[in-house]
Amino acid sequence: MSNAPPLLQVKNLRVEFPTRRGTLVALDDVSFDIAPGEVLGVVGESGAGKSMTGAAIIGLLEPPGRIARGEILLNGRRIDNLRYEEMRRIRGKEIGAIFQDPLTTLNPLYTVGRQLVETMTTHLPIGPAEARKRAIGWLEMVGIPAAAQRIDSYPHEFSGGMRQRVVIALALCAEPRLIVADEPTTALDVSIQAQVIALLKTLAREKGTAMMLVTHDMGVIAETADRVAVMYAGRIAEIGPVREVVKHANHPYSEGLMASIPPLDRRVERLAQIDGAMPRLSAIPRGCAYNPRCPQVFDKCRALRPDLINAGTTQAACWLYDTETARD
Amino acid sequence: MTDATPMFEARDLTRHFDVSRPLLQRMVAREGRRILRAVDGVSFAIPRGTTLSLVGESGCGKSTVARLSVGLYGPTAGSVIFDGRDLAQARAMADQRRRMQMIFQDPYASLNPRWRVADIIAEPIRAFGLVQTRGEQELRVAELLTQVGLSPLDGQKFPHEFSGGQRQRISIARALSSNPEFLVCDEPTSALDVSVQAQILNLMKELQQRLGLTYLFISHNLAVVRQVSDRIGVMYLGRLAELSPAESLFRRPRHPYTRALMEAIPDLDMTGRERIPVGGEVPSPISPPSGCAFHPRCPLANDRCKMERPDLKPAGDAMVACHAVEEGRDDAMPLPAIARDAA
Amino acid sequence: MTAAMKRFLDSDLWWSFTRSPVTVLSAVVALVCVLGAALAPVIAPHNPFDLASLNLIDAFKPPAWDEEGVREYLLGTDDQGRDVLSAIMYGARVSLLVGLSATLFATLLGVSLGLLAGYAGGALDSLLMRICDIQLTFPSILVALLVDGITRAALPRELHDQIALFVVIFAIGISEWPKFARTVRGSTLVERNKEYVQAARVIGVPSARIMVSHVLPNVVGPVLVVATLNLGLAILSEATLSFLGVGVPPTQPSLGTLIRIGNDFLFSGEWWITIFPGLALIAMVLSVNLLGDWLRDALNPKLR
Repeated sequence: MSNAPPLLQVKNLRVEFPTRRGTLVALDDVSFDIAPGEVLGVVGESGAGKSMTGAAIIGLLEPPGRIARGEILLNGRRIDNLRYEEMRRIRGKEIGAIFQDPLTTLNPLYTVGRQLVETMTTHLPIGPAEARKRAIGWLEMVGIPAAAQRIDSYPHEFSGGMRQRVVIALALCAEPRLIVADEPTTALDVSIQAQVIALLKTLAREKGTAMMLVTHDMGVIAETADRVAVMYAGRIAEIGPVREVVKHANHPYSEGLMASIPPLDRRVERLAQIDGAMPRLSAIPRGCAYNPRCPQVFDKCRALRPDLINAGTTQAACWLYDTETARD
Repeated sequence: MTDATPMFEARDLTRHFDVSRPLLQRMVAREGRRILRAVDGVSFAIPRGTTLSLVGESGCGKSTVARLSVGLYGPTAGSVIFDGRDLAQARAMADQRRRMQMIFQDPYASLNPRWRVADIIAEPIRAFGLVQTRGEQELRVAELLTQVGLSPLDGQKFPHEFSGGQRQRISIARALSSNPEFLVCDEPTSALDVSVQAQILNLMKELQQRLGLTYLFISHNLAVVRQVSDRIGVMYLGRLAELSPAESLFRRPRHPYTRALMEAIPDLDMTGRERIPVGGEVPSPISPPSGCAFHPRCPLANDRCKMERPDLKPAGDAMVACHAVEEGRDDAMPLPAIARDAA
Repeated sequence: MTAAMKRFLDSDLWWSFTRSPVTVLSAVVALVCVLGAALAPVIAPHNPFDLASLNLIDAFKPPAWDEEGVREYLLGTDDQGRDVLSAIMYGARVSLLVGLSATLFATLLGVSLGLLAGYAGGALDSLLMRICDIQLTFPSILVALLVDGITRAALPRELHDQIALFVVIFAIGISEWPKFARTVRGSTLVERNKEYVQAARVIGVPSARIMVSHVLPNVVGPVLVVATLNLGLAILSEATLSFLGVGVPPTQPSLGTLIRIGNDFLFSGEWWITIFPGLALIAMVLSVNLLGDWLRDALNPKLR
């Protein structure tokens, strides 16, 4: 969207889970960039690796998972090999994280004001009084009515939607340059969802914050993201501008995924469906992981794994777009 | 088909839950009982072979209606009529109980993890004594597995060996095993990925056509509901806001809440477009607002709405519980984008 | 059978077992204790209860490695001239029998009541749980002492020795059931609301059948852990009761009885009479407890 250098670069990321039955590859060769002010949506079925990509970036992979290969760069600086303490500083200051369940992020024993103030005084060169003033400002900005009074409330005194707003304020208050939001609206009702999404979008635009938005809700993506990465079985199947991926997907999987969403504006007799299910990590087929379900599969797909290649408007990991294959 | 008795009918159905704290704590804190009005006077009927869907946000009481419909809860007031009989009466008879079944939301909790799939599916067959021999039972289970798109060999496996979508197929096979006529489906696809959701919705439609099933379908997803329903009830805080034939609901939503809900849904066509959020939040069903429960969030609310609770009244081919609609003040609120596009 | 065996050897449980040396060692020690106790009549060098074979000349012999020791009595003899090693083996037999029976009794009682409380809910649940609460405020040994005392007082004196063993088992079992009931009730509350139970209720499966065939199999995991950890406690409780002189009858001495008898001679120099039964008790209880700890961790999905 702009020519600014990317804020976040993920290069050939590979995450492995050693188990007693062998090593599971949860993410393989995942590469993408996010520019300042850009929202990258990451979609896919559960188990495709979207949340794990977010966890790897913020340095919170659940053990025994580990980054086996690849690099993660924030502003040109490698952050995938930092020690826990250093990473923790970056997590508050430069990367803000928003998770699905606000209760896991908020400390139930402290007032929301104290949590906001502590986050700001830790990461910004300001005192407690100034931080408190800003905390009220942030709560107002995320749409919490009577912020000056509610700042001294405890998390359980807020409703679900309000709590998620507090989490967003907490993620934003240290003014990070990147926000990793993992299913930020899934636990919320549609009417609240719309409010939260609108809020995130405005803030990202106004502050120039980059955002990685992980969700399975294609509607949310269509509305919020600039670009979309579609993940399948631990790899990126397709990445490109949101309009292209949603409306004219090139990878047969993205195409199938978009087609299977029930339309709101009409009734269809039979929904398009992708037969079968995504393979488990322990049984990813040879070649393209999607080949057993793909309607356009041919011999090469069963033998070799495709990398992301240019597919016109987007990049797709699909042999259909390989010029040499086409010539064969 | 000439039988005009609806398969299922809810008459002024009400269910309250006592969520008071224990007596001692109540006395110390000097507070009264707290009654949660989960369902508060809901009436609808489902003709044979059709689907009625209930939609609404969490806490609106739709899942409670589902549980009331198969007798998992008893009503506090009002009644449930199953094929002309009171539900409690019907459930006392095995041959009536056999005719109703339920499909649940969470495919990971709805199958007993310690049972083999064949035993899970056969449970209703055994409970109702539908077959005489072990061999017949095996044959029937194999037939059911095939019917829902699984292999007869899958019967020997345990639930954890299956994906979410496959488990939901197993749930459906179990529900079908007693040859039911009425199926209550409580958010059957909301725990599934979209591509799998399409598989399950297609399967359910197919089965309805083939077996002439009647569905009570519960969902929070309007797009899903549009695909499966003949009629749709929109619920808000334990009451029906609007009850309407499916297509007219989307062509001309009448209740302000229905309109707001449709406007709030993100849609694939929305790329780059702002949606208009409904302000505020769903109030607590323990202390619902006076008058119309939606009035604090409603752009059309006036004094009457704050005082007087609206009842469902005919409006066109729909039933709407709204003073503004009744008084013809609803033109002040624009139709949501999807309805405008259709018009 | 071989298929089941193969499945077991391939299971995560067996795998985590083989990966923990402490657990394997505990299992070996526990196995030695159990075998030694179970096979005592066959493999014990002497029969300490055969009064004809006792000889007071052999009394107070120190262990075999001592200068005054006799090879025949590996761990020495007591004041009656009984072989300490044999007495330990026979004593462990009683200790284990009481421990296992008491745990089994507590498990059956606790699981049934816990299942009932959790599934039925309401007043019954409140009543049972309040009883648990009250009982848990007392140390279980106190409860056992109380039950033991009441039972003895209620029964005619001439019956005492005959039924002493059962009284001890009953007393210890009664003092331990609340733990099982609590555990089972907690899991039952979770399982009861799961959709597979509701599916069974929709088709009208009777509550008793739902409890036994649906809920019970899904709540036994934690029970197994509590039972294992409790076995060690039950053995200790029995030893304490016997040490206090209210446990098993002196005609069937347990490890606790042996420790009590030996205790009288500790300060006069005959330490082996009390120390060896004590060590045997420690080995038995510790190994069982370590196995229980491992089982708890291995069955806890969060720690895997």
